[in-house]
Amino acid sequence: MAYSEKVIDHAENPRNVGTLDKEDPNVGTGLVGAPACGDVMRLQIRVNEQGVIEDAKFKTFGCGSAIASSSLATEWMKGKRIEEAETIKNSDIVNELNLPPVKIHCSVLAEDAIKSAIADYRKKQADRRAAAK
Amino acid sequence: MPVQLPIFMDNHSTTPLDPRVLDAMVPYFTQKFGNAASRSHIFGWTAEEAVDYSREIIAKMIGAQSEKEIVFTSGASESDNLALKGVAEFYKDKGNHIITTQIEHKAVLDTCKRLEKEGFEVTYLGVGKDGLVSPDDVKNAMTDKTILVSVMLANNEIGTVQPLEAIGKLTRERGVLLHTDAVQGIGKTPFDVQKMNVDLASLTAHKLYGPKGVGALYVRRSKPRVRIVAQMDGGGHERGMRSGTLNVPGIVGFGKACSILMEEGKAENERIFALRERLRTKLMGALDEVYVNGSMEHRLPGNLNISFNFVEGEAMMMAIKDVAVSSGSACTSASLEPSYVLRALGVGDELAHSSIRFGLGRFNTPEEVDYVADLVIGKVKHLRDMSPLYEMHKEGIDLKSVQWAAH
Repeated sequence: MAYSEKVIDHAENPRNVGTLDKEDPNVGTGLVGAPACGDVMRLQIRVNEQGVIEDAKFKTFGCGSAIASSSLATEWMKGKRIEEAETIKNSDIVNELNLPPVKIHCSVLAEDAIKSAIADYRKKQADRRAAAK
Repeated sequence: MPVQLPIFMDNHSTTPLDPRVLDAMVPYFTQKFGNAASRSHIFGWTAEEAVDYSREIIAKMIGAQSEKEIVFTSGASESDNLALKGVAEFYKDKGNHIITTQIEHKAVLDTCKRLEKEGFEVTYLGVGKDGLVSPDDVKNAMTDKTILVSVMLANNEIGTVQPLEAIGKLTRERGVLLHTDAVQGIGKTPFDVQKMNVDLASLTAHKLYGPKGVGALYVRRSKPRVRIVAQMDGGGHERGMRSGTLNVPGIVGFGKACSILMEEGKAENERIFALRERLRTKLMGALDEVYVNGSMEHRLPGNLNISFNFVEGEAMMMAIKDVAVSSGSACTSASLEPSYVLRALGVGDELAHSSIRFGLGRFNTPEEVDYVADLVIGKVKHLRDMSPLYEMHKEGIDLKSVQWAAH
């Protein structure tokens, strides 16, 4: 299968590979997928006091399209407010990367990872507020 | 000497044509273009003579008793279809049971599935973790209804060489026919239809540095005389077993490719084995969590099927895009299922997704092996740095204990 140039670019030069401290209350972590299915994505965000995503990192086990989808997701999330980041759709990723039908599940997984990381951040914040009361 | 890119290390999929084979073929496209079935003029006789010469070489190579036992086809898929359907149709009054294995090529498996729809019963034998079929399993699966056992000589993904001699002894004792898809093994591992009691064997030229589009089916003519029903109707070529004008240049190339292997095969296989071991020891010496799939002992000299844990196979192939290999990863198949062969071995899905098949061949060099080994080692490390699974493994997390959401 031939890959789009954008997929190749992200796969060869992935943006924002790395790890944030998952114990940090301002960090939200999303871990989605399964090794047996051939793709696992971990997406992490650090959110500042203003609710803006200051930093985003990922690590992905998966094909080139999965790596590219998660790399793109981190790029798009950085600097956005979490409410904005939440609106990123898998179809946006498909369009940007020109993913063929057989690779659409990679973009779905990336959307899941975004949602999961945001949910984790919100849960941590809620837990912290509850503990403070 | 610097290596030339891209590098071809996928010699199980096909092989480049040996220039000597091409030289032998060329006259049969232009001056000696006759139809081998033309009995009335010199053009036909010349073509027929060339075809018969190839027939003799191929018969000799596999230990057949007569060149009349070689039926030319368009390739091994056709040979597999002809063998299984042809035997099933001829012997259906004798029995309706066929035995094969879970790791056969699709040309055998899908043919069996079709025969099941037509009322035949098929037993698909499993294999051990080593990728080998147990002769005892074959013995226990045979019933009074069994007409045919089909077990490949060597597997196309993991290169394991099956115990055909032991299986052939059992099928002969029971009076059951034995077919083998010998495509991957011929010329690379010992194969003798007499010694192994093989009754039908599928062969193809393009895995032996011959041309694509030409193959053969060996059909035993004595002790026992095997009968098949032709699956292609027409002019009654190939003793009525396969109609259609013969691909004379292809057949000439097939014969030439076999004669080269008969002369040079032994030295070549030793050389390819040394290259394979050079690649394997380099990779395994430099990387942790690397697993070879299938038996190392009973294996084709040029095959290395290896899983780099925590690295997905398609991402790996993309990272080494100047090197042609293949993978058992789901992402490389249309079905999104990982390799059924690796599954049959009991290799976990995650390791199946991480498998890469290197197929070394005649034209690979030590320099290429060194280049590929260094490249792969670097890319595996790079991809593991990007893999959440490797990070978790390094933290001591048992990945099997994690609740993954299958998707």
